[in-house]
Amino acid sequence: MLATIGAASVDDLFQDVPAEAVLDGPIAGLPNHASEMAVERALVKMAGKNLTASTTPFFVGCGAYKHHVPATVDMVIQRGEFLTAYTPYQPEIAQGTLQVLFEFQTQVARLTGMEVANASMYDGSTAMTEAVFMARRITRKPKCIVSAGVHPHYTSVLKTLTRFTGDVVEAGTPVFTPGAPGDDLASLIASIDAETSCVVVQNPNLFGHVADLTPLADACHKAGALLIVVVTEIVSLGAIKSPGEMGADIVVGEGQSLGAGLLFGGPYLGLFACREKHVRQAPGRLCGETVDASGKRGFVLTLSTREQHIRREKATSNICTNSGLIALAFSAHLSLLGEKGLRHLAALNHARAVQLADRLSRMPGVTLLNGPFFNEFTLDLGREARPVVRKLAEKGVLGGVSLGRLWPGEKSLQTGMIVAVTETATDEDFDAYEDALDEVMA
Amino acid sequence: MSTPMNNVGRPTRLVAGTGAVAETFTGNKALMLEEPLLFERGSLDTSGVDLPPVPPVPDRLGGLGRDAVIGLPGFSEPEAVRHYTRLSRQNYAIDLGIFPLGSCTMKHNPRLNEKMARLPGFADIHPLQPQSTVQGALELIDVLADWLMKLTGMPAVAMSPKAGAHGELCGMVAIRAALDAKNDPRRVVLVPESAHGTNPATAAFCGFTVENIPANDRGRVDLDAMLARLGPDVAAVMITNPNTCGLFEPDLKRISDAVHAVGGYVYCDGANFNAIVGRVRPGDLGVDAMHINLHKTFSTPHGGGGPGSGPVVLSAALAPFAPIPFVRKTATGLELVEEDTAGTHANQSFGRMVAFHGQMGMFVRALSYMMSHGADGLRQVAEDAVLNANYILASLKDLYTAPFASSGPCMHEALFSDDFLDGTGLSTLDLAKALIDEGFHPMTVYFPLVVHGAMLVEPTETESKANLDQLIGAMRHVATQMLADPDAWRTGPHFAPRRRLDETLAARKPVLGFKDSEAA
Repeated sequence: MLATIGAASVDDLFQDVPAEAVLDGPIAGLPNHASEMAVERALVKMAGKNLTASTTPFFVGCGAYKHHVPATVDMVIQRGEFLTAYTPYQPEIAQGTLQVLFEFQTQVARLTGMEVANASMYDGSTAMTEAVFMARRITRKPKCIVSAGVHPHYTSVLKTLTRFTGDVVEAGTPVFTPGAPGDDLASLIASIDAETSCVVVQNPNLFGHVADLTPLADACHKAGALLIVVVTEIVSLGAIKSPGEMGADIVVGEGQSLGAGLLFGGPYLGLFACREKHVRQAPGRLCGETVDASGKRGFVLTLSTREQHIRREKATSNICTNSGLIALAFSAHLSLLGEKGLRHLAALNHARAVQLADRLSRMPGVTLLNGPFFNEFTLDLGREARPVVRKLAEKGVLGGVSLGRLWPGEKSLQTGMIVAVTETATDEDFDAYEDALDEVMA
Repeated sequence: MSTPMNNVGRPTRLVAGTGAVAETFTGNKALMLEEPLLFERGSLDTSGVDLPPVPPVPDRLGGLGRDAVIGLPGFSEPEAVRHYTRLSRQNYAIDLGIFPLGSCTMKHNPRLNEKMARLPGFADIHPLQPQSTVQGALELIDVLADWLMKLTGMPAVAMSPKAGAHGELCGMVAIRAALDAKNDPRRVVLVPESAHGTNPATAAFCGFTVENIPANDRGRVDLDAMLARLGPDVAAVMITNPNTCGLFEPDLKRISDAVHAVGGYVYCDGANFNAIVGRVRPGDLGVDAMHINLHKTFSTPHGGGGPGSGPVVLSAALAPFAPIPFVRKTATGLELVEEDTAGTHANQSFGRMVAFHGQMGMFVRALSYMMSHGADGLRQVAEDAVLNANYILASLKDLYTAPFASSGPCMHEALFSDDFLDGTGLSTLDLAKALIDEGFHPMTVYFPLVVHGAMLVEPTETESKANLDQLIGAMRHVATQMLADPDAWRTGPHFAPRRRLDETLAARKPVLGFKDSEAA
């Protein structure tokens, strides 16, 4: 090969690299290559230091949920034709990925009650930020009002990127109100003014509270603002009225619950859906139907004049690679469930959560804050919750997330703990939880 | 005495004649199977998942139950397996053959990495579990961070960005935060013409004004134009090295020094790190921030459009502004610096880039790849990638227009233009579609923008000489035939699951989801 090239050595091929930047040999301080067996041994050892969700009574939620993922889903995403393909730039040989994206977009639009959905974003938090930018482009107004019931990490991501864009973000402090913890829709409505581009609200909110957003949507629309609804537990839409039915203009979500697994935070799946009239302001890739030269139906990436590789600094987003394979996992899981299975799964989650909420709230010193909820609820433990969560973990129970971890600065919230219950929790898990909490609280 | 076999009605010899059938009843062509949409094939009352019964408890949904039909058809398990298996066969993939997309680095995805990412200790843990229960996960992030810092010669790394463009955003936000901390109002970002589209889009998102710097006739940044533009209004330069023409920017250190001298920062797009890993450290070239696409250099699978992962290495000047959360060593183990401890350990951090800690699943795969290759093997990755690309350049430059071949060897990708097709009425697109019929995924086309009808070929280090020779043979054959008989090459591909698709129609009348009225 060197003879064909006309070079004496591989070193000659690096002739453009200034001599002072060339390293003589392998970089110091790093090991040399290792066998498959040795690598596996080292990584298995690391993995063994973690307490896994499936081996323990597990009730952690707040934006990531432990659901059963059918074995078929992993088989599908390990098909090399899906796993090792690139973004479908050559549609004639990427119809598999493209048809899946078309089906995914349809599923997401129907699930959220919207007209169109894109081919995915990185995760729920980045999807929410993109939605706020989109609302500003549509309304040409600067102010975004974020409900205090939105996941604080999501709001943090939004604040990071809006520091430099001229958007004004108003985000309140959560209320710890029995019956409706998290946000207060009446005061959100009162804060809408002529400068408001959008109101961002999460449903169920971080505290698990489920609300009717219709009055908020009406108030937004009266003021010429858009309603952005965030859904972090997408399974809830098998039981709860969709954001679209309540008047949302943009729905963003975290799709991790279907197909992905917990994965210590990623890769997850950003969902993004909106009204058809706004689609040209949407971020990210869109797959559309068309025909080929022989008249057969086929699919392509479309409306790409919104995107960075065409529009460069005028693009609607800088996103390029998104979460294609996780979208496939989501779509496969949802098609295995179907409407019947999704409704069953959602009903099961809700019923199990109601059962555990009733058990725990009967314990002395423990108060259930929620009125309506789906599969997640907030308990007031009457004492600082963070050490309680840690002590539960020492007893091998992953009991929830303390509000103190999420809002370390808010004194009023420190006694709160958010508990998530999915179809994976057994009666034995409930018993273990109650026993452990009883001991920790004693 | 044996009985002769009865062959009546069971012909065993080939039949003379061609007797071609134009179309089949099903639309299938033997192993090429058509697959309807989920919405045409599934049904609302089919489910392939077996769930326990729902306990009879009164609901507490506050009257907000979802009554209306959602419209989500389901499959039984065998139906689902077939649906997705059939669809998968309409995709080209690195598992099927060489995938020479320039700048995208489609290398083999080792299966050990997939196995390791699925270890329950990594895959089945929650991002908000108490930190005492995820020490092994924090260790993995810490070890990977150490590899990335050593390989790049940089003192810090932000692990949470979700993909390359998100890493760019993280790096540029850090630059903006560093400027704001000094009340420095400079807002101009210089971007070479050959840059990825994400660079100007990212800069614009951080409130910067983008100005283009031209390329010289050797395919590099025009050094004089760059130096002449530098001044007190320049916040940063975004530069890709090796650049998108597949060439090393030999003046990067000089540019960095000059940018620093006027108070600006240097962002390096690390999309092409694969070409220099183990041989050159960007930190030695004066870079302040560089994202690393783990799915390119470190072999995590691209999945037909993600997930990616884009950790960003940072200079000492930018490190204080890095996002939370990050892993920190303590006397007793590892801890995540989050909101509660940011005041103590990260009081200048610009905040979060994402909800959680980044792409853990990709981290496991990337570290598995790094440990397998080691410092010595990663160095060879760069050498083999560059050797393979130069072999392609040398084997095609007599036939294909190679605009920068006279300026010396390329790095990991070879750039051609379609000038050699002038007068045929054919272009890069026709050539790409012809390669599809030859059983290859085409190279990157019409990028970078600095070359007319660009064709950017990146073979990667994982292709053998035999594979390269096959691609070269096909590319030579197609080009030669196109020059000899142009009219035969205007309508490809002919043998793919679909003929050329009408993208104009798709954009003019967008159909972005299935409508039930379409059902046959």
